Amino acid sequence: MLNFIDTVGEAVAGIKDGSTVMIGGFGNAGQPFELIDALMDCGAKDLTVVNNNAGQGDQGLALLIKEGRVRKMICSFPRQSDSWHFDAKFHAGEIELELVPQGNLAERIRAAGAGIGGFFTPTGYGTTLAEGKETRLLDGKWQVFESPIHADVALIKALKADGKGNLVYRKTARNFGPIMAAAAKHTIVQVSEIVPTGSLDPENVVTPGIYVNSVVRVGAVAGSEALDSNGKVA
Amino acid sequence: MGTQTSIQTSEKPLGRDELAQLVARDIVPGSFVNLGIGQPTLVSNYLTEEQNITLHTENGMLGMGPGAVGDEIDGDLINAGKIPVTELPGASYFHHADSFAIMRGGHLDICVLGAFQVSATGDLANWHTGAPDAIPAVGGAMDLATGAKDVFVMMTLLTRDGASKLVEACTYPLTGVGCVTRVYTDKAVFLTGPDGVTVRETFGCTFEEIQELVPLPLKRAE
Repeated sequence: MLNFIDTVGEAVAGIKDGSTVMIGGFGNAGQPFELIDALMDCGAKDLTVVNNNAGQGDQGLALLIKEGRVRKMICSFPRQSDSWHFDAKFHAGEIELELVPQGNLAERIRAAGAGIGGFFTPTGYGTTLAEGKETRLLDGKWQVFESPIHADVALIKALKADGKGNLVYRKTARNFGPIMAAAAKHTIVQVSEIVPTGSLDPENVVTPGIYVNSVVRVGAVAGSEALDSNGKVA
Repeated sequence: MGTQTSIQTSEKPLGRDELAQLVARDIVPGSFVNLGIGQPTLVSNYLTEEQNITLHTENGMLGMGPGAVGDEIDGDLINAGKIPVTELPGASYFHHADSFAIMRGGHLDICVLGAFQVSATGDLANWHTGAPDAIPAVGGAMDLATGAKDVFVMMTLLTRDGASKLVEACTYPLTGVGCVTRVYTDKAVFLTGPDGVTVRETFGCTFEEIQELVPLPLKRAE
């Protein structure tokens, strides 16, 4: 069932304590800041969050972590020059970390959305991140068994949605959006624009509306994020 | 010139930019290439139009152009190091699972990575020092090391303490097993594989001097 919702607050209101929440974005590109802020305000806690990173600076996911609302992070790259809130929680032993190679993270999310019970991959074989996992020699390569990552909710950002919930993204802000939309039981999307049904070329739809449950329009202008002092997109 | 071996191609060790230039020159025209964060990024400065190289960035793009400046800067268009970049004509975008399928599926010709250590059999250690208080962060390093057809490493041959980073067996946690095919250093280029390590060329020192620095048996390029 697809709903168009007026505010980000209403969109995230159903997220319960203890939920697993996928959050789109790679760094800040594609990160649904308004939905994350709303998740802060709604008070849900004891969350398991799936994201490539573990928050940066003093916004978005970093604040959720700072406020102690995240019990566990599943991510590939938690440590950054400005990941001080995660760093503090980690060193204090107040947050659990499941570190996953980035491609395994993506494929585990994809597998969940595709109904795959797990898969063997060469990535990580012979490393500490494969310790305790089943391995097999397949096609002449040692491979490691990885299981899917399911989620209760996905919060993602797209550029446009049409009336059917079909989504298009913008440049490298697409990143984890399409696979998280498919992997979660309930997918909430923030978009810059809602366009009439029929105005997106069906050949160019990236995420079909079947994966989308809630759409909320936010006022953000695409690609307008500020740069930090290192010239990186903050 | 002294009594160097015939494979010495420079009288001085190479600087970072000279090394990047050498790696760029060795990339076969028409290749699909991923340049790791840090020193490998310099390689893009020396790729020529005639080489027709397509750059991949693991956050979902083929056909990545140079770093963005001024009005080109767009928060939705960044590379794996989260630096704003540009797109070239013929670029394409795709989601993260497709991006890593490009690597894992063996479609990427070359990736160029930095390293803490490389072993005699091409094992790579570049993601974690193993220090107990360090927060581990792997990103796409393991996927790149395992997936690309050729893995080139760029590093200084020696640590600040003078120890060789080319070692019999890595002491740092591994990123990938037997994955490195070439090691470009300031003092020499090494080819790694099941038959051991071959010195292709040296810079500012002889084969014999390299052999004294590296604690494993080296072969001379034919």
